[in-house]
Amino acid sequence: MNYLEVQDLTVSYRTAAGELPAVRGVDLAVAPGSKVGIAGESGCGKSTVALALLRLLPASARMGGRILLDGEDVLTMRWGRLRAVRWAGASIVFQGAMHSLNAVHRIGDQIAEPILLHENATPAAAARRAGELLEQVGLPARRAAAYPHELSGGQRQRVMIAMALACGPRLIVADEPTTALDVMIQAQILRLIDQLVGEHGISMLMISHDLSVLADTCDRLAVMYAGRVVEEGPADQVFRSARHPYGAALGAAFPTIGDPASRRSPRGLPGDPPDPAAMPAGCAFGPRCPVAEPRCAETDPVLWPAGPDRAAACVRVLSDEQARGAGVPAGGAAPAEQVAAHPEKEGRTP
Amino acid sequence: MLGSVVSLLAVMLTGFFLFRILPGDPVRTMTQGRAVTVEQLAELRRQFGLDKPLPQQFLDYCLGLLRFDLGTSFQYRAPVAELIAERLWPTVLLVGTGTVIAAMLGLWLGTRAAWRRGSVTDRLSTGVALTLWSVPTFWLGLILIVVFAGGLGGVLPHLFPTGGMASPGVTGFLPGVLDVAHHMVLPVTTMVAVVYAQYLLIMRSSLLDEMGGDYLVTARAKGLRDALVLRRHAVPNALLPTVTLIFLNLGGVVAGAILVEAVFSWPGLGMLFYEALRVPDLPLVQGLFIFFSASVIFMNLLADLVYPLLDPRVRT
Repeated sequence: MNYLEVQDLTVSYRTAAGELPAVRGVDLAVAPGSKVGIAGESGCGKSTVALALLRLLPASARMGGRILLDGEDVLTMRWGRLRAVRWAGASIVFQGAMHSLNAVHRIGDQIAEPILLHENATPAAAARRAGELLEQVGLPARRAAAYPHELSGGQRQRVMIAMALACGPRLIVADEPTTALDVMIQAQILRLIDQLVGEHGISMLMISHDLSVLADTCDRLAVMYAGRVVEEGPADQVFRSARHPYGAALGAAFPTIGDPASRRSPRGLPGDPPDPAAMPAGCAFGPRCPVAEPRCAETDPVLWPAGPDRAAACVRVLSDEQARGAGVPAGGAAPAEQVAAHPEKEGRTP
Repeated sequence: MLGSVVSLLAVMLTGFFLFRILPGDPVRTMTQGRAVTVEQLAELRRQFGLDKPLPQQFLDYCLGLLRFDLGTSFQYRAPVAELIAERLWPTVLLVGTGTVIAAMLGLWLGTRAAWRRGSVTDRLSTGVALTLWSVPTFWLGLILIVVFAGGLGGVLPHLFPTGGMASPGVTGFLPGVLDVAHHMVLPVTTMVAVVYAQYLLIMRSSLLDEMGGDYLVTARAKGLRDALVLRRHAVPNALLPTVTLIFLNLGGVVAGAILVEAVFSWPGLGMLFYEALRVPDLPLVQGLFIFFSASVIFMNLLADLVYPLLDPRVRT
């Protein structure tokens, strides 16, 4: 059974301008010990998904669907149970550790805080454990007395990781864990996360706008656009040969080092993601799509099997597969099965 | 630190020259309405050192300040420093108590208002505070006197004294303390009602700024109760900007609430200042001016020294 299973998650924000959809039906699954990445531009809803997992969104957010954490639905949990699940069942490594740590508390106290809360530990034992955790992430235990501003960006992110490990969670959500860091430190932090997650057999959901980072770290990859997953599959395949034009553009946005061709013609994607208050008719990616066809303005595609263990939400993928007469591939992926199970979703038009 | 010294020097200079360029002859004021001879006037001038040339007067003034000698009051014929020392404690007691209560009340209500932003509690408490903030101090004081001390023309019992700090004939330590406390109720209430709004508003906006903080999401993600997120994480950060305000106001404590002291005939520095201005008693006004300014500067200095203890980020 999957440790985390997100089914048809929707999140919308109530604003003065009405309800703005941020997440429009996302399915995700994280198997025990596996690492899943979510990629996408700013504003595609990926961080909203991360916060929704532990119901950390502001009161103006309305959620629908199901978030099953170890079989329990987070969205219908009672407050007491939810507080117990937070950090102990799943913890989060936030982006920008400068702001995610409390500036006026010592880092040792901040790491010990969830231990004291969830584990009935004595303050001395919690402090000792905080020291051990710091050692694990490569900081000397005596740094526990330091304040966040006394550490470098990379050290602060190490503190965030130590904090995330504090209660021995089975899932760690890493929300842009390396965005604020320079490239050398990024690599170090990623290696550290990879190593610790592997050692402890923790599942991970990593969120980033950087497809190459995710392809390096994760087993599976989901690409989000305008609040939906538009492509899903094994990480290296999605990175190298995306079936959805957006996934392809995201993969191509990174120059190949040493390849003069990619240096001379950097490829980016023109335009901006759609305004959630005014979604385009048909495919949300249509207006920016380099290979859009007239039917894209009419059909809103859903995830469709796009090869073994893969799925993509694009009408071209759909017709390709149909032309090949593939239908549902034998080794169909979980999301693909879901599409097959709900054929009425297919081709819904707003 | 250096800034404080410069400020003090500026206050000294202003204190001297401001009261020398004021129109009016102090000796004439002193002898107002009495028949005096020219010799008597000259003698008075000599006594107060007003016959000396200005640079000599300034030198005397500076040397005096170094010895905490602020000159002699025209009106009381007593050293100004002594008068200030005598009136200092009533003011510290009254305004200190008022400031502490106002700060605690304002910070608490401000926290509640920000945490439940836009709720009925928020709108009600912010509205009431702003209304009281805009009420003239002396008017509120008089209303309280009429209602609670005057008994509203016999409708209510005389709950509190109309003024002063102690009743005559009360002896013993505990009765004395209770008597002073009884006298303090109305003036302190007046002060608190008028000034707590500024603490409420500062705390409210400061906490609202913090509420968007990512570290609060972290705290909630850890599984902390909302009340604990507020108390342990949001409030300590939001309190920092209010520390400066509290110290600024503590500096103003000795200047006293001149209006409150005047309305309630409280024998403090504010009352002394008011009396000195009416005469006008130039050495006393000048001495009080310097003393008030110095205490504000001193409290600012103290705020600069205390702040790093509370906020690790400004420690070097």
